[in-house]
Amino acid sequence: MMRSLDRSQRQVRQTLTAWSFILPSLIGLGIFVYGSLVYSLYISFTSWDLLTPAKWVGFANYARVFRDETFIQCLYNTVYFVVAIVPLGIVFAMAMAMALNKQLPGIGFFRAAYYMPSITSTIAIGMVWLWIFNPDQGVLNALLKLIGVSNPPRWLESRVWAKPALSIMRLWQVSGYYMIMYLSGLQNIPNELYEAAEIDGATGWQKTKYVTVPLLSNTTLFATIMLIIEVFNLFEAVYVMTEGRPGGSTNTILYYIYAQAFQRYRMGYASAMAWVLFVILFVITLIQFAARRRKEEIGF
Amino acid sequence: MIFPFVWSVTASFKTSRQIYGGNPLDLIPNPATLNNYRKALSVLPFHRFLLNSLMLASIVPIASITLASMAAYSFARLQFKGRDFIFMLLLGVMMLPGHVTLIPRYALVRKLGWINKYTALIIPPIFGAGLVFNIFFMRQHFLSIPRELEEAALIDGCSSWGVWRNIIMPNSKPAIATLAIIGFKTEWNSFLWPNVVINDFLKMPIQVGLTYLQTNVQSSWDILMAATTLSIIPLIVIFMCFQRYFMAGILTTGLGGR
Repeated sequence: MMRSLDRSQRQVRQTLTAWSFILPSLIGLGIFVYGSLVYSLYISFTSWDLLTPAKWVGFANYARVFRDETFIQCLYNTVYFVVAIVPLGIVFAMAMAMALNKQLPGIGFFRAAYYMPSITSTIAIGMVWLWIFNPDQGVLNALLKLIGVSNPPRWLESRVWAKPALSIMRLWQVSGYYMIMYLSGLQNIPNELYEAAEIDGATGWQKTKYVTVPLLSNTTLFATIMLIIEVFNLFEAVYVMTEGRPGGSTNTILYYIYAQAFQRYRMGYASAMAWVLFVILFVITLIQFAARRRKEEIGF
Repeated sequence: MIFPFVWSVTASFKTSRQIYGGNPLDLIPNPATLNNYRKALSVLPFHRFLLNSLMLASIVPIASITLASMAAYSFARLQFKGRDFIFMLLLGVMMLPGHVTLIPRYALVRKLGWINKYTALIIPPIFGAGLVFNIFFMRQHFLSIPRELEEAALIDGCSSWGVWRNIIMPNSKPAIATLAIIGFKTEWNSFLWPNVVINDFLKMPIQVGLTYLQTNVQSSWDILMAATTLSIIPLIVIFMCFQRYFMAGILTTGLGGR
């Protein structure tokens, strides 16, 4: 009797201690994350300019999102950026990781050099590339002229070249991060597999194709999802380099949300777009995991 | 890969005559000058921007890691009802893109009267996906610490708080360093939130200040390159010194470093 009382007392005390450890985090997250989520959902059903009281409008904001030509254009731009950035980013990162997966003196320097752009702020990087892409004073066109291109593109000023320019800048900035992920993936591949392939007479390229790439598929799946999410969240580069110009050809969903909310004060409409973007990202992640599972069932 | 860095840093020491008249492929400043830095510092209060960023990038990670390791200790070692449920609920936050909470957070901060105050700059960023990531990371780490270390202390009558402070935390230095580095980088580079809540030059962090400078001087590349160099150097120095913690952030979880 005494003992069980003692035990339950101890339990109560442990519960109290446990809660005192997690409560500060829970309260903060409760307000700034969970509370904000509910609040955001509410705002998305209203028309609100911050100054006058919010007015309930039902699903009107959501209905408008899919009729909004600018939103559709942002969506199209984003798909363009996904196609331009994701496959190339994966290939660069994997190829660089294979090239740098050697124990050579000074290899650490090359890894660090390749990785450095991804820790530097997009705002600062964006300014540097703004100058690189400058058609008259920039280094890129100076180079192009040097190798004989007499009429180089006007990059960020051109409807055709602005998207490729932004894609180049982002590829340069992010692929080092994924290279490090691939490096750790490579180091997890057991050497015996390569030895077995060699005994079967596999060439270097065959080893890459049938051993390395398939065994990195987990890293590739993860990197693909992260890269796609990253492209969908393209914002700072657009803010610094183009502000969505020329003619909205580099506008992105997040930049449009920002502009609607903080330049036009359409909080309700911006919130509705934020939720649409969230649902899109969520569905993409689910599809990719489902595709992955199917592949495993077939026995790839 | 580092060519754009080299190019912009060298350009920051060139005279404007060399920048606009010379060959852009010529990397060596001739003559070298500090004028661009002087100009950048005189157009806007850059020293304030740097100090504000230093403060932001120190306080947020320190607060976040402290709160996270408290919660993580509870999740890793203590028994209580609903523990696993709450943990799962928290993990869901990591799946959540920050832009969904941007507008309500702004509205909330505005209602609290925090606009243009350090409280708006610092407090909301503590509570987000980063905190949950830190909880997750620290919990994994605590689970790898042998229990024997604490049991002796508990038998000696040490409280859970005492164990956390005197045994768990001192045994977690590498994990804490990894999170501190990631946190410093994230906050040093953060732009969207500070840009929305701060437009007072005296309280502005560096990334926001840079964009104001850009609007002020348009395409005076000499001044802009001096300013971007100033904004990048602290991070590069930290990167050089703590490179392995940056790598560890990616390697242990595949998520860190962001």
